[in-house]
Amino acid sequence: MLEHYLSLLIKSIFLENMALAFFLGMCTFLAVSKRLETAVGLGIAVIIVQTLTVPVNNLIYRYLLREGALSWLGLGQVDLTFLGLITYIGVIAAMVQILEMILDRFAPKLYHALGIFLPLITVNCVILAGSLFMVERNYTLGESVIFGFGSGTGWALAIMALAGIREKMKYSNVPAGLRGLGITFITAGLMAIAFMLFSGIQL
Amino acid sequence: MKGLRYFLDKISPSFRKGGKLEKFYFLFEAVDTFLYTPDKVTTGRVHVRDFMDLKRMMITVFVALLPAVFMAFYNTGLQANLILAQFDKVIATTWQQRLLIWLGVPFDPHNFWVNILHGALYFLPVYLITLAVGGFWEVLFASVRKHEIAEGFLVTSLLFPLILPPTIPYWQVVLGISFGVVLGKEVFGGVGMNIFNPALVGRAFLFFAYPAQISGDKVWVAVDAISKATPLAQLAESNAPLNISWWDAFIGTIPGSMGETSTLACLFGAAFLIFSGVASWKIMLSILLGMITMATTFNLIGSATNPMFAVPSYWHLVLGGFAFGTVFMATDPVSAAMTEGGKWIYGALIGIIVVLVRVINRAFPEGMMLAILFGNMLAPLLDRIFINAHIKRRTARYVVG
Repeated sequence: MLEHYLSLLIKSIFLENMALAFFLGMCTFLAVSKRLETAVGLGIAVIIVQTLTVPVNNLIYRYLLREGALSWLGLGQVDLTFLGLITYIGVIAAMVQILEMILDRFAPKLYHALGIFLPLITVNCVILAGSLFMVERNYTLGESVIFGFGSGTGWALAIMALAGIREKMKYSNVPAGLRGLGITFITAGLMAIAFMLFSGIQL
Repeated sequence: MKGLRYFLDKISPSFRKGGKLEKFYFLFEAVDTFLYTPDKVTTGRVHVRDFMDLKRMMITVFVALLPAVFMAFYNTGLQANLILAQFDKVIATTWQQRLLIWLGVPFDPHNFWVNILHGALYFLPVYLITLAVGGFWEVLFASVRKHEIAEGFLVTSLLFPLILPPTIPYWQVVLGISFGVVLGKEVFGGVGMNIFNPALVGRAFLFFAYPAQISGDKVWVAVDAISKATPLAQLAESNAPLNISWWDAFIGTIPGSMGETSTLACLFGAAFLIFSGVASWKIMLSILLGMITMATTFNLIGSATNPMFAVPSYWHLVLGGFAFGTVFMATDPVSAAMTEGGKWIYGALIGIIVVLVRVINRAFPEGMMLAILFGNMLAPLLDRIFINAHIKRRTARYVVG
């Protein structure tokens, strides 16, 4: 069992890296990677939110949405999966709001460190993708906690690496036409080549 | 020599500002500084006096690579001759072999000079194409962007053919080095500003774009349609024990990429690089330590189904591109970590990941190239972490003091 969780964790961090294998969350990945500090803040926020929302959505999917999920109410025939997308987004938005309030009240330092990024990642596709992957692959509750944490960590690792590279690139002499997003796309592509190292690993 | 200096001095005014050939100053500059010490001196307040400049550094690496180049000549020819000598009659499968038959040279694996000649016919065309195409991009960017042509390209152009299999089609060499030089280096601003090692970027591009010509069984010996897997691929495929001795692998007489089979040649290079202070011994040592740790861990865990778990660390050392990558690729001062602490972690990471990929990733039994690219990717982050920690420590001391 432990081995299974461990391989799922490694898989979700490296093999199926959200940013560099699936290219999800590109908008924030490219936009908020100019400085390492902000990238770290955003990365931590994604890890926290991902670890919370995937299991919560897992519970909602299991006990409310999927076909036959409502049998505990005596409504065994009802299939609410068509409500999936909107429910997950709603849950994500609500979770982020609640998390923000809790942090503001009990951990003001972390709240200020995360700043705008916490509300921002409500619309980050990594978060929604995490929940959708969870549904598609039919993870159990335990698996979805591990998957949420792993995929968030993988994305955080990728954006931190990119931010490190971009800070170093301040000293590069990039051709005028490629400055900014252009060279960032090229860098992200080269990073993805390096990440292909893990593709094909069977766990 | 004096005549040459005189000639360069005489034509120099037409390349200077206002001269007729001002646009081509970068060409004149490249030739001049390649042949002679530049006459430029610093004009600002900061003045560093050092015998080590970029040019000398690159030439040192170039010299350190010569044993590997020698083994590329010898081993490529040897592997081909070993196969060809098994046939009853003389057959030629490539233009190189047709040329050798026409010259009346026998395919004799015991004849040292025949091996060298045969290997040279494979290595030199690839090298010359790399030099010409890569040089073309270098000059194009230098002329458009008005920067100088740096000697760094000499090293890239030598590294790149050394990590290719001998049967690589020439058009792929063109594509690979173009990708490596343009997207791996020039878009970042040229020598010293790249993030990834350009030779590795080119090699990785070919690896993923044309896997049939750069991996598998058929490409490692320069005889058409003869399949002879590299020892690592052989280990990953089957439980059968290797039919080579450790010393064969150490000296490098095994099938593989042209220049990376010989650990011995890499050791010569490593000794020279460490002695001259060009490459960091910390990186080399930490890669070695990471590899040994990981290989030993896998040995202890063991596996009934995967024979790669049982490969001991001293075999990892001599197989595939491990030694070549450790000595020449990972230590590239531009793309490696530059802080002292970062170097240790960067190296250990590469050492750990290369064994990890070799053992559990059946798709890439070689692993070294991508492990180094992965290390390159994380190097700036590691550096930044160490620099920030340093700044924090200094600030704290200042406040307290």
